[in-house]
Amino acid sequence: MKNLTAWAIIGATLTFLIGPFIIIIFAGASAGEALAFPPDGLSLRWYLKVFTIESFRQSFVLSMGLAVFGTLAALLLGVPAAYALNRYDLPGAETIRTIVASPIIVPGIIVGLALLRYLVIPLNFTVTMALFLAHTALVLPYAVRVVSSSLNNLRSDMEEAAVLLGCSRVQAFTKVVLPNIRGGVLAAFILGFVTSFNQVPVSLFLSGPGVRTLPIDMLAYMEITYDPSVAALSALLAFMSLAIVFVAERLLGFSRYV
Amino acid sequence: MSEPFVSLSNLTLSYGDTVAVPALDLDVVEGELIALLGPSGCGKTTTMRAIAGLLSPTSGRISIDGRDVTRVAANKRGIGLVFQSYALFPHLSAFENVAFGLRLQKLPEAEIRSRTEAGIATVGLAGFEGRKPAEMSGGQQQRLALARSLVMEPKVLLLDEPLSNLDARLRLEMRTELQRVQKKTGVTMVFVTHDQAEALALADRIVLMKDGKIEQLGTPHELYAEPATAFAAEFMGFENIFRAEGGNLVSDHGQMPLGFAAAAPMLAWRPSGVVVGEGPFRGTVSASSFAGGHREYVIETPLGPIKADAPIESAEVPLGESVAFDLPETTARALAA
Ligand SMILES: Nc1ncnc2c1ncn2[C@@H]1O[C@H](COP(=O)(O)OP(=O)(O)O)[C@@H](O)[C@H]1O
Ligand SMILES: [Mg+2]
Repeated sequence: MKNLTAWAIIGATLTFLIGPFIIIIFAGASAGEALAFPPDGLSLRWYLKVFTIESFRQSFVLSMGLAVFGTLAALLLGVPAAYALNRYDLPGAETIRTIVASPIIVPGIIVGLALLRYLVIPLNFTVTMALFLAHTALVLPYAVRVVSSSLNNLRSDMEEAAVLLGCSRVQAFTKVVLPNIRGGVLAAFILGFVTSFNQVPVSLFLSGPGVRTLPIDMLAYMEITYDPSVAALSALLAFMSLAIVFVAERLLGFSRYV
Repeated sequence: MSEPFVSLSNLTLSYGDTVAVPALDLDVVEGELIALLGPSGCGKTTTMRAIAGLLSPTSGRISIDGRDVTRVAANKRGIGLVFQSYALFPHLSAFENVAFGLRLQKLPEAEIRSRTEAGIATVGLAGFEGRKPAEMSGGQQQRLALARSLVMEPKVLLLDEPLSNLDARLRLEMRTELQRVQKKTGVTMVFVTHDQAEALALADRIVLMKDGKIEQLGTPHELYAEPATAFAAEFMGFENIFRAEGGNLVSDHGQMPLGFAAAAPMLAWRPSGVVVGEGPFRGTVSASSFAGGHREYVIETPLGPIKADAPIESAEVPLGESVAFDLPETTARALAA
């Protein structure tokens, strides 16, 4: 009886997790003209069409760039921040932690609006610049968190040992700390990348003519053209995320860090 | 005594407002193996970290080899430290762990290789060069940590409870190993331990510490035979310690007449110094256990429980039986307080 309940719960969970994915895969593989499920016959034409839509190509490049460079910037800030929070008894460390975590807590739409209102409009930031800042800020808390947890597993006496063998503090960090948290850093990068790439609310206010992230561009596309290409693109993106996580898991046991 | 090689003068060490070690003075001679002995929390690690430069003293001076190093950074002092946890680099092979410090000095590759190999051989780890620390046993990790410090040819090698994470048999083995390495290299060693047997077996001199202060300093023989205080005596295995007041032995439990004139305010006996089976006193055996060469008794007396070792040849006294015993003057140790 207990077993049956457990299986029912697992089944329901899987249905809700994987169900939409399946629907999207098939909706995109429709032979018909309109987005529909079940699909109107099967074909790959919409999967192929996705690659011919110019605005998708542009927004994909932008989203890719934001995800890669925004996450790198977040790591550049986040790794030293996590290290400092972890290793030094800083006054107000708790406050700093809360502030760093705030982009997780504050709804993205508010972050986006605030950036628009206080950076783009008054300071004349370009939309791309603002998007870059927004995505960096968005990913930063994940970077700090994931890196912190791998730093927690690293004893600080190792750095002291390195110092006594002649390292400066910085050398101890690069020669001993970094190699031992590289798994955590890579995990943070992947998590940040996926978060940034799929991000909608923060980017919503910061998109302008010709500058749109891929998810926003897909929304805009759907308002005008209600064909299965959006479903096809969604399915492709989901596969891309899966592939990244799969490779990461293979490389370093990603799930240990998240 | 020759010139001190390591000299701590009036050294005060604190964590925030808490003083862990107040005004410590200690001189270590070159080539000496000195043990810092004391219960957990008495400031041994703190003292060691200060010598290494990992902790800045609140006041006082540290000099090594005639040079004041109080303000010299830890990576410029030329001191080796073997951590209690070994603190090996998990991402590097045994070879690279040992070569780590030499590589930082940018020595020629051939020299790095030969010195690293020699260091690994010194601690008996030849053949393990390619292993990661996680693939080595506790004893091997301990040796590796030792080799990593030794190849740097430090002026002073500090060891923080280096044997405490090993099992009893390995501990004995590593004890002799340490001694051998020290004699071979002639390096000045400061060795921290809370195990008196370890300190007695290894050290040229023992610094017995209590609450951040030196309780007694002397050779193992001096500390073992002539502990000066009740604290030192207890640490050295004098398990029966009583006050001597007006011809009586007094404890918190009660008192007994003393058979001789006490020369000090306190008297102490080791279990082996208590005579079982004859003597002016009587008590009841409340515990008895076989300990190989002797039998260990606990005798309930007006002074409370007294621990006594009897030769194994003597007749066994059953539990609950009354037995005669003596606290003789010849085995009594007179203590200051
Ligand atoms: N990082 C620290 N912060 C505050 N107090 C400490 C710290 N490390 C040690 N202490 C305190 O200093 C005293 C001495 O500690 P320690 O040198 O580690 O003792 P031992 O090595 O002899 O066991 C203890 O009372 C301990 O609680
Ligand atoms: Mg300690």
